[in-house]
Amino acid sequence: MPNMNRTLAAIADPTRRQVFERLADGPRSVGDLARGLPVSRPAVSQHLKVLKDAGLVADRAEGTRRIYEIDPHGLGALRAWLDQFWGDALAAFKAEAEKDPS
Amino acid sequence: MTASQIRPAPVRRNIFVKASLEHAFAVFTAGFDRWWPRGHSVGSSPQKMAVLEPEIGGRWYEIGEDGSQTQWGEVMVWEPPHRLVLTWRVDADWNCDPELHTEVEVRFTPEGDGVRVDLEHRKLEAYGERAQEVRAKIDNEKGWNGLLKLFAAEAEH
Repeated sequence: MPNMNRTLAAIADPTRRQVFERLADGPRSVGDLARGLPVSRPAVSQHLKVLKDAGLVADRAEGTRRIYEIDPHGLGALRAWLDQFWGDALAAFKAEAEKDPS
Repeated sequence: MTASQIRPAPVRRNIFVKASLEHAFAVFTAGFDRWWPRGHSVGSSPQKMAVLEPEIGGRWYEIGEDGSQTQWGEVMVWEPPHRLVLTWRVDADWNCDPELHTEVEVRFTPEGDGVRVDLEHRKLEAYGERAQEVRAKIDNEKGWNGLLKLFAAEAEH
């Protein structure tokens, strides 16, 4: 899971997290997102680019506008990796603990 | 930190073990090396042994074939035979980072003729915060920028 650090770094920035949280309410355009945030529209675009590169956000064209939405697979990738890691470890533990139960 | 920050949900796993509570806890902790998958390794040398020191503050580490020790974390909560909380300071690229703080809690609960073992790996947002700090450190004059300037100065001699 080489992209995991990048994924988490993307949401460590407070403003970026705000952008991400706004998208949690539903898909929005850059203009919609910038309204009510204390940063400029180009700054929001830049945050969206980082979120997109990290696989947290996806975009699509709608007429002349770009609509951004949360990519459900982004955080899932991180958790799936850890989930498998601990799953393997616990299975090995079970095998050992049941060898000679007392 | 904002009030409403994104927190990745903890990773939760559980498994049923047909053994006594005491035995399950002992195998998990003092017997850690007997079951920990060898492939789950962090050190520069292939893993020879994995150790979980069975006490509060105990170290959680691996020993490589070359004798080197690489620490993964330490024991934060020690409540045998019911509960154990460990710090896990290994990042996503399998590097140890003493500043990284994620937690692994393991609970042992009697259930039927065995023990239910619940594992929770939480505070995963620390991965993101740490990566951000590291990036800031590297991205300045003392980090790669400075090194590249030194290199350029030397190369242009």
